[in-house]
Formats: sequence, C-alpha cells, structure tokens
Amino acid sequence: MIEMERVDVAVVGGGPAGLAAAAAARTAGAGRVLLLERDTRLGGILNQCIHDGFGTKVFKEALTGPEYAALAIRRAHDAGVETRVDTTVLELDPNRTMTVISRNGMRRIEAGAVVLSMGCRERTRGAIGIAGSRPSGIYTAGAVQNYMNLRNILVGRRIVILGSGDIGLIMARRLALEGAEVACVAEILAYPSGLARNIVQCLDDFGIPLHLNTTVVEIHGTDRVAGVTLAEVGCKGGIRRRTRRRVECDTLMLSVGLVPENELSKRAGVVLDAVTRGPVVDDAYQTSVPGVFACGNVLQVHDLVDYASLEAEKAGTSAAAFARTGALPAARIRVLPGAGIRYVLPQRVTGGDAIDFTMRVSKPARDAALVFSSDGREIRRLQQQVLAPASMARVRLGRGRLEGLSEVMVEVAG
Amino acid sequence: MYKTFDVAIIGGGVVGCAIARELSRYRLDVVVLEREPDVARGTSSKNSGVVHTGINVPPGSLKARLNVAGAAAFEALCRELDVPFKRVGKLVIAMRAEEAPELQALLTRGSANGVPDLEIIDSETVRRLEPNVSGYAALHAPTAAITCPYSLTIALAENAASNGVAFQLESPVTSIVPPGEAFTLTTPSGLVNALLVINSAGLHADRVARMAGLSKYRVYPCRGEYVILDKSRCGLITRMVYPVPPKGGPGLGVHITPTVDGNILLGPSATYIRGRDDVRTTMAMRRQLLKEAAELLPGISPGDAIAAYSGVRPKTVPSSRGGFGDFIIEEPPETLGMLHLVGIESPGLTAAPAIAALAREWVLRYLPRPESPRFNGRREPSPRFRELVAESQAALAAVDPDYGQIVCRCELVTKAEVLESIRNPLGAKSLISIKYRSRAMMGRCQGGFCGPRVVDLLRETGVPVDRITLRGGGSWMFAGTTRGTANGAGRAPVTTGAGDD
Repeated sequence: MIEMERVDVAVVGGGPAGLAAAAAARTAGAGRVLLLERDTRLGGILNQCIHDGFGTKVFKEALTGPEYAALAIRRAHDAGVETRVDTTVLELDPNRTMTVISRNGMRRIEAGAVVLSMGCRERTRGAIGIAGSRPSGIYTAGAVQNYMNLRNILVGRRIVILGSGDIGLIMARRLALEGAEVACVAEILAYPSGLARNIVQCLDDFGIPLHLNTTVVEIHGTDRVAGVTLAEVGCKGGIRRRTRRRVECDTLMLSVGLVPENELSKRAGVVLDAVTRGPVVDDAYQTSVPGVFACGNVLQVHDLVDYASLEAEKAGTSAAAFARTGALPAARIRVLPGAGIRYVLPQRVTGGDAIDFTMRVSKPARDAALVFSSDGREIRRLQQQVLAPASMARVRLGRGRLEGLSEVMVEVAG
Repeated sequence: MYKTFDVAIIGGGVVGCAIARELSRYRLDVVVLEREPDVARGTSSKNSGVVHTGINVPPGSLKARLNVAGAAAFEALCRELDVPFKRVGKLVIAMRAEEAPELQALLTRGSANGVPDLEIIDSETVRRLEPNVSGYAALHAPTAAITCPYSLTIALAENAASNGVAFQLESPVTSIVPPGEAFTLTTPSGLVNALLVINSAGLHADRVARMAGLSKYRVYPCRGEYVILDKSRCGLITRMVYPVPPKGGPGLGVHITPTVDGNILLGPSATYIRGRDDVRTTMAMRRQLLKEAAELLPGISPGDAIAAYSGVRPKTVPSSRGGFGDFIIEEPPETLGMLHLVGIESPGLTAAPAIAALAREWVLRYLPRPESPRFNGRREPSPRFRELVAESQAALAAVDPDYGQIVCRCELVTKAEVLESIRNPLGAKSLISIKYRSRAMMGRCQGGFCGPRVVDLLRETGVPVDRITLRGGGSWMFAGTTRGTANGAGRAPVTTGAGDD
C-alpha cells in the first residue's frame, strides 16, 4: 500500500544548497530530479534572513535572503527540478531508497543518487550546559530570527546575547532596530566568532558592547528570565570568579554555534567527521555510502551562502554522473589537517582533476601561509594576510598536482 | 453558597492524580487543587522514571510495603492508561571487590521484601548483558522497569477528569478552615468546601498541614540534578545501571537510566537546599554527573548532552541526621477528616498506585459509596507516530493527513499529535503542557525549529500571541509584535502547505 517511485537524483532539503544541487543535477543531464523539503516553503533559512549581503558571488549582486532564495528557486524550477514541500524524509537506506511522508501520505522513493542538504541546527542551552534556573526567555538566535522575520513576533525587550556568531550579530542589529535594548554580547573566546563586517555593522554602529573572554555562567528568574551572571574566562578556560557580575535582562539569546543535522545520514550508515560533524567526502562530494552525496551546511558550516551554493553545484553534478554510470572514480589520496588547521575538506581526493579545498584554521593568524605538502615535500604555499576561524579558507589545486600521492597535509606556517 | 465536594485533593502530582483516578471509580464528588497551570509540574515530572523493585528499602517499612505493592500493579495500570512501561531490568554495579558485600546486602534486603529473580553476576556476565559497562560484579534485578513519570501523571489526571473529577489548576490553597460541617479551602479562584481533604502537596505538604493547624511535619528539600543525553546514544545501555548506593547518603547514587523514549538520563545528584522550588542546575554538578557516569559507562561524553533539569525530593530527614526516612501517611487526631501524605519521595512514583489504594480505603471508611457504573478506566490509546512501523504510519496518514505532517523533526511528532495535546481535557495550554503531552520541542534542537510551528498551531486555536507562556503564570514567551505590524499581527500564518506540487 506504500506507493513506490523512482527518480534519478533525490535531493533532501530545499535550502540554498539543495536548490543549487538539484538544478546542477538537471543541468548535468539527470532525467528526474526530485527535491524534498520538510518546511512549508523552499529556500530554507534564507527566508528568515531579511538583511542583505547575499549573492555577490553566485548572482553578482547584493541580495536579501528571500531574494537569493527566490532566484535559486527559479533556477531550480527552470532547470526542470520537481519540488515537494511539507515532505519529511523519515528513512534513507544504504541502497538509496527513501521513506518519505507528507499530507499526501507515505511513499518510498528509489533514487539513482541522493544529495544530502539538510543544513544544520543551532546549539542550545542544554548542549553547552549553562547553569541556573529554567525560565522562559531563552532562545537561540535562529529561532528569534524566525519569530521576528517570519511571524512579526518580538521575543523580549532587554536582551543579552551569548556568542558572537553571525546570526547572533545580525539579530543584535535587528532587535535594536525594533526598539529592543541589547545589553551586550558575550563571547567566550578571545576573538569574535562572526565575520568582521558584522561586528562593525551590527554591534559597533549600534553601540552594543562586545565582551570577549566572557560567558554566561548562570541564568536567573523563575517565570521569565530576570538576568544572567556573566564572568570572564581565564586563559585555561576556567571561570574567574571575581569577575562575576549580574546583568538584568528578560531574554538570553544564544548564538553559540551550529551543528550539521546528520541524523538521517547516520541512519544510512554515512561516516561522519568528528570535527565538522558532517560526512566524510571525496572531491565529488560523495560520502562513504556510494551514490550518497553531501553539500551545504550539512557537510560543513559555511560562512557565506554563495559558497554553499557553489559547493552544492559540484555535488549535484557528481550525483547526476553517478545516477548515469553507477560508480565514480575511487578517491585514494587522504587529506589531513596539520598544525593550525581545524579541518579540511574533502577528506579524500582522486587526484585527477583540479580540486577545491575548503578549510578553517584553529585560531586567528596574520601574515601566515597555508602549506600543502606530502611526505615533507611542499606542493603549494599560499601567503595569506589574515586567517580567521570565522572565515573559511578556499584553495584550488590545479589538475595533476596530487597525482601519484597517497597522502597530502595542509598546515598553517608562520 | 459553594458546592461541597466529598473529597478535595491538594496537589496534582503523580500521587494526587492516582488518588483522584482511584476515587473516580466511586460515586464521589472529587476535586483536585493544583497550584501550577498543569499537573505533573513538581517532583513527578523531574525524576528518573524508574519503577523500583524494592531492593533499596528496609523490610517492614511503609516504603517497602507500598513499593512492592505499587510495582505489582504498575504494568497493568500503564497498559490501561496507554502509558509507556518497559521492564528493562537493572544492574547495581560493584566497581571493586570491596563493594561486593553491598550487593549481597541489597539481595538479602530485596529478597526479604519479596523481590523475585535477584541474582549476583560476575564481571563477565555484566559484559555480556551490557557490553559498554564495566564492573567487578553486579546485582541483576530483571523485574525493574521504566515508565514516563509525567505521561503517567497526565494520563491519571485526564482519565480521572473524564470520569468526573474536577481539576482546578492555578489554585494554590492558602488557608484551610477545619470543619464544622466541611473543610473550607481558600484558593485565589474562590473557596472550596470538602468533607474530606487529602494533603498530597509533595514539597509543600508540611505547609499545607500547618494551614490546618498541624505543625509536626517538616519537609527538607533535596535537589537532584539530571543531564539528558541525545537519542543517538541510546544503544549504549539497555538496562538501568546503578552504582552501589553511597553509604548514609540521601540518594541512590548517580545512575544511568534509559528512558522509555530512547534517551539516557544521568543523575540524580543529591543536594539539600533551602528553596523548595529551586530547580536550578549547576555547572559543578553537571561536570560531576558526566564524570561519575563515565566511570560506569566509559562511552559517554559531554557532547552527548541535550538538556539538563533538576527535581526536588521532599525528605523527612534533614541532612544533619541523614539515613532512612519513611513515608508518612496518616490522619492524626488533630485533623480528623484530613489524610496527610508527607515525604513521598523515591520510591513514590512506584508506590503511587498502592498509595492511591490506601487513600481509597480511608475515604470509603468515611464515605462508603457504591462504585460508579459510568467509570471507564481505559484511556483510548492515541497513536504515537514515532513508535510505529512504516506501514502503520502510512495507514494513519492515509486516514488523517495531519499524521502526514511532521511538526517536530527531532522527535517525529505530527501535527495531529500536537493538536491533540493542545485540546487536552485539563485545558492546559502552556508550551510545556504541549511538550509533555506530545514530545514536540523535547528533542535535540529543544524547540528551535518546531517551537514557531507549535506557536502557530496554538494561535490557530485562539490563544493570542501575548498570552502564550512557557509554563503559565509569568513565564511569558513574547513581548509583542514588531514595528509596523498591522493590527492583529497576531494573525497566524498559514501552516498547512500544499504538499506535492
């Protein structure tokens, strides 16, 4: 009684990555490409990002999130992608059969190739373990953005923000513009997690103080948040008790990191990277499960949406090739993060074609170099003025540079 | 003139609700007075959810008798009320040879209480039963079980309500005038008259007794903190894993408990506190829970935590004295017609059905009423989408499209289930009430994604945005609407999508 259908490429998730992957798969010749989205509309989190600055790489103009989404949706539809919203993928098995459900009932979908593009979720209070009482008024930044920008609801009047991630910074400005008072932003690290432009445009321009090396150690209030205790963090990560001070507020907004949403991937047997918490992929963006590809924030948390779309185009193109041929060249060369590199993608490469590496450094550096080497032999060195964990670094190695190697390492050299 | 109830039950915890449901079998007018905006808001929702066998309580005590009797009735009760119950069994682990005699002591005590099938097993058998757990030896109690404590409390209350029991929520009792003809209880929403009163106010039972002029009880609040782990870790254990109970300590030690929903609980700690409602969590205890749990189960890491909470035990023994304190269930001569239940901490959940039977006998002695022919103790099972096989899920969605629409992705809760929880018979409409009934907002994103969708559904049922609360009272969720929002910004966006297009 469960209806079965067959598609060439199925894409799970209709945010910017899924839309770009689906369009690219069609453009690369895949016959039936089906995009499944669990929310009520396509576009993903872009729909709630009403600020601008998106699209300069992909669409060559500065767009708001909804504008970027609208163009990406049009591209997918123009390319002939079928889309279904309000449709949740319940299961994905290693043979690429999916169980999906919507108001129209349950279906099984057999796919020649699958692209995973489910995005990420926000880390919560429970995940980072902030102590204290459990009143109302504790929100993640993305949820605040959803309530404000999609539902016209204001969550509070005096807000403390923990974490200087980009969404938090954007929301600090948005809240200030709505007449709410943003008391401060506390960041546990010695440097901001968000992009420099957002620190300037969202905090400095609005006179919102940023306290580095500072965190929230306790939440107060029985019914609604009544305040938080901030404290400085010492160089070994311990709380400096004498710096504890209480800040009155009715809302604590968390912008403390994003986690790729890989529950479906795990159940399909996809191997994840312990650092990115996204799948381990090769240069075709194929995961450890043949025919299953990953791109966008489910693979790695990106800094700019344009790069998520560009990455997804490659994943979609590879998926179309797999759906056609049933196999892709084996990726035998291992890519390892060395000193100063938090992670580097892809983790395995074939070595034939040109390869785009993306990576994040562990800590900020100036006038340093990204060095690719194999067995101590330097392959490529790129001098960089600034390296910051908040920005992804991108490096292209031309065709043939890795041929015959078994391993390549990337590191930051002074 | 106010209506006079036969029985007023003060406190809508698991015990109060079990008593209410037990009394609803008879032709009795019963009211439950609960100070919070829903039942199960105190200790009953913040514990380990364990149905104890009776190995931890001294033979001959009231705790032992009611624990064993309650455990015997538990499975049938859960089945009747469609509440999860799993007989997963329990291991008490001796980490070192020195702790092994403790296992023997527990076995002896358990056997004296009539606990069946207890067995001491060696480290190899421990490994075979629980490959991720290490220990020198263990006591295996295969009849120990788990349930969902707040689901049970809610089910008892809703079944009682459908059998005619009145529930007055947000009704803290502030004074009790002893009878002339009947007791008169004052609440903010008015006076309540009752022939008999049952004080099952949990942490506040001593205060309620004092209102009636009885000052001999004292409750010592003892907080237990928990950490909840992500469902992805559920494969680590199948049984409850306990350490040997710390000597003279106020609790059973930090244990690892699988929940009926597939999470793992670490805890509880045991800290005597001043404020009875001080359910805060602390950083020090979180670290300690994760550390102690990792000794029993090395696979656990801090990154697995998705949430933390605390519950408070109503103890009758202060920390200075320590040791065992029994349940107090009595009708002292100073307050005839009023039954006091004091110190109902662990194993109170397990004992609840037996305490209810005891209270029933007490009520029937005063008011020997016949059974009500209308009583229906069965709560119709409502489907829990996440627990069904695909074919059953498909069948449900084919009949009702609301079962095809997933609202909460982490816990796989459908629109149909959220709507049903909003329409609960007690009329509780706060977000936590919806969460406890449907599990929406309870998963790893803690409502980040589904919160706004639940809020939409709540608004569609007529709750304005500025009246939405986390748990009632002053726990408002929203400060209002954004600038330039037209009148009635309160209008909920359309949430039902087109489906296939």
